[in-house]
Amino acid sequence: MTATETDDGFVEFDHVQKSYDGETLVVKDLNLSIGKGEFLTMLGPSGSGKTTCLMMLAGFETATNGAIRLDGQNINEVPPHKRGIGMVFQNYALFPHMSVGENLSFPLEVRGFGKSEREAKVRRALDMVQMGDFAFRRPAQLSGGQQQRIALARALVFDPKLVLMDEPLGALDKQLREHMQFEIKRLHENLGLTVVYVTHDQGEALTMSDRVAVFNDGRIQQLAPPEDLYERPDNSFVAQFIGENNKLPGTVEELSADKALVKLDTGELIDCTPVNVADRGQRTLVSIRPERVEFKPEMMPPGAHTIQAEVLEVIYMGDIFRTRMLVAGSDEFVMKSRNTLGQTKLVPGQHIQIGWHPQDARALDPL
Amino acid sequence: MTDATAMLTTNDGQPLKAALARSQRRARRNALLLVAPLFLFVLITFVIPIGQMLSQSVYNNNFSVAAPNLGAWFDDHPQGSEIDETAFAALVADLQYMKEEKLSGSAGTRINYDISGSRSLFTGSARKVDDLTPPYAISVPALDEKWTDPNLWRAMRSASSPLTGDFYLAALDLTRDEAGVIVQVEPRQRVYKMLFGRTLMLSALITGICLVLAFPIAHLLATLPLAKSNLLMILVLLPFWTSLLVRTTSWIVLLQQQGVVNSLLVSLGIIGDDGRIQMIYNQMGTIIAMTHILLPFMVLPLYSVMRPIPPSYVRAARSLGASSWTAFRRIYLPQTVPGMAAGALLVFILSVGYYITPALVGGADGQLISNLIAFHMQKSLNWSLAAALAGLLLFGVLVLYWLYDKLVGIDNLKLG
Repeated sequence: MTATETDDGFVEFDHVQKSYDGETLVVKDLNLSIGKGEFLTMLGPSGSGKTTCLMMLAGFETATNGAIRLDGQNINEVPPHKRGIGMVFQNYALFPHMSVGENLSFPLEVRGFGKSEREAKVRRALDMVQMGDFAFRRPAQLSGGQQQRIALARALVFDPKLVLMDEPLGALDKQLREHMQFEIKRLHENLGLTVVYVTHDQGEALTMSDRVAVFNDGRIQQLAPPEDLYERPDNSFVAQFIGENNKLPGTVEELSADKALVKLDTGELIDCTPVNVADRGQRTLVSIRPERVEFKPEMMPPGAHTIQAEVLEVIYMGDIFRTRMLVAGSDEFVMKSRNTLGQTKLVPGQHIQIGWHPQDARALDPL
Repeated sequence: MTDATAMLTTNDGQPLKAALARSQRRARRNALLLVAPLFLFVLITFVIPIGQMLSQSVYNNNFSVAAPNLGAWFDDHPQGSEIDETAFAALVADLQYMKEEKLSGSAGTRINYDISGSRSLFTGSARKVDDLTPPYAISVPALDEKWTDPNLWRAMRSASSPLTGDFYLAALDLTRDEAGVIVQVEPRQRVYKMLFGRTLMLSALITGICLVLAFPIAHLLATLPLAKSNLLMILVLLPFWTSLLVRTTSWIVLLQQQGVVNSLLVSLGIIGDDGRIQMIYNQMGTIIAMTHILLPFMVLPLYSVMRPIPPSYVRAARSLGASSWTAFRRIYLPQTVPGMAAGALLVFILSVGYYITPALVGGADGQLISNLIAFHMQKSLNWSLAAALAGLLLFGVLVLYWLYDKLVGIDNLKLG
């Protein structure tokens, strides 16, 4: 994860704002620096501004204010075809009237490469995605996964400085998608590409990226490596958007640098890690991941506050049990426990004590 | 498990193919019944009239039924034989027959196609046939000197067989000389080839103008948001909802010498009052009015092809390094070819056979071949020649279709 530490911004968004109608801002003051060789994912719900950012980077939209720099050069006024950025589109956008070989040859032709050089590069790019035998096929004769590979090869064939991918795996089925995630990751590492990847699929974002920028409401909510994003969300939106999450509303009772005591609305006291709470008496939303909830006393740290829970429903999911419980007035509290040999079987109606490590309960802003 | 080599049967032992046919019989019969009305309609209103027309163009028995004796004489005496007493005797016998059966008019009309003035010759002579006495070689020319014209005899010889290619010859400005050899007609009378040429040239020009005008409109229609493009579409289709005559006459209002456009130009001082431009009752009028009327036929196929082209194709091309012009030329344009070809084919074929607009605004030099077909249908009553001209037009259109199929492929046709 060296790439994430580079300070020299290969791609830089500098106070970028974007408005389509002059009344609302789709992108509000975006600052983002992407290092060379980094795999950065823009993740967010639809309408969060992530695709707009990608389109501004590609040159199909102009920034209303602020500067976008590529390799130190301001590219606001550079037309898309002079930016040297490879792009993979959601629907692949393979030219239907050209064969696969002609599709790949197109960016080389417009750059004035000679015939032999073009053929060599096309062959190399096709071999790279294991599609060497398909040069004479038409895109319509290929399956979705094969088209995806060709689109990838086409975006890479002219050795671009930067590759953009706009939800490239959205149209594939689950198995193929997972396979392609691996392929893209492999190409990224082998070729040392800089990739900006847009998706609304958090699983994709977590498995592929060096860093993930979570977008909401035209702003980056958190920019962090996947691990941090999942385990140490900065705010309630990120906690909720990434993975499953239990929320317990309450008030801060005691506060120190690395520990907070939160009194839940139903009166129970729990230990948490303060994230964005500043004062005692402040309202907060405590976030706990379902797989970090424990109900066996020996798994809890000594002195941890426990809390009463009533089992409402146990769902067998193969590798795990998903237990829905009534906790502190909320009947949507979920605990996930591994299906190990000798795991205690809970039954609905059972009353248990649950707890967690204070690190795993994070006191966030009230949403 | 079924043995793959044995004939497949259903589980109660019937052959599978028979069972399949029986199970689909009902659906197939319903489909046939649904198609039947249209099939009959097309047969009665399209196939039969066109067949009639084509046969009319090569078959005309008006003279041959009225002149059986001359027919027999022509059979016995080859081309170039001397017109002797036996020939005149046969002629008199036929005139007698025409008088009795009242066929002299239609027989004369048939010969009149080739030799003008023949109709009155036949009707006049038939009226006086009873006064004729042998030897007919003397008395008939005495009745009317024209009966000795070898051209007349040649025309009668060719008309005596009902099956003839003469009308096609005439439609191509060709005729037979006294010896029966195919030659061009006098330069003064050559009209059809010139008109065919003008029709094709003007149609090609109108098609070209329509394509140039329709392409940006169709592109705009295809890329605008739906609410706006629907409004624009209504404007494009508006001419369809107005009578053809109203549209054509409104062009007369606009374009005539004392019309709106000329008056505007004069009042703006661009042209003088004595320099008013003749924009109608000539080729220009035909071109302007027909382009306007046929434009939707170009817009619609283009639109239907452009609408499903996602903007990401051009974006992809731009991101791959193509300038906007290259992206348009190499990526967008080739994908609109089926629409362009369909629109061009439609407009060209429609304008080749267009009649009413050139008739109203074409003046003398804006007339097309269809106006001449109408003339032969309604004025000169030479239906066979009209049929031959129409047959040539039909043949030309079929050739175009064939060319289209070779170049673009008929399965690429997208009309809407």
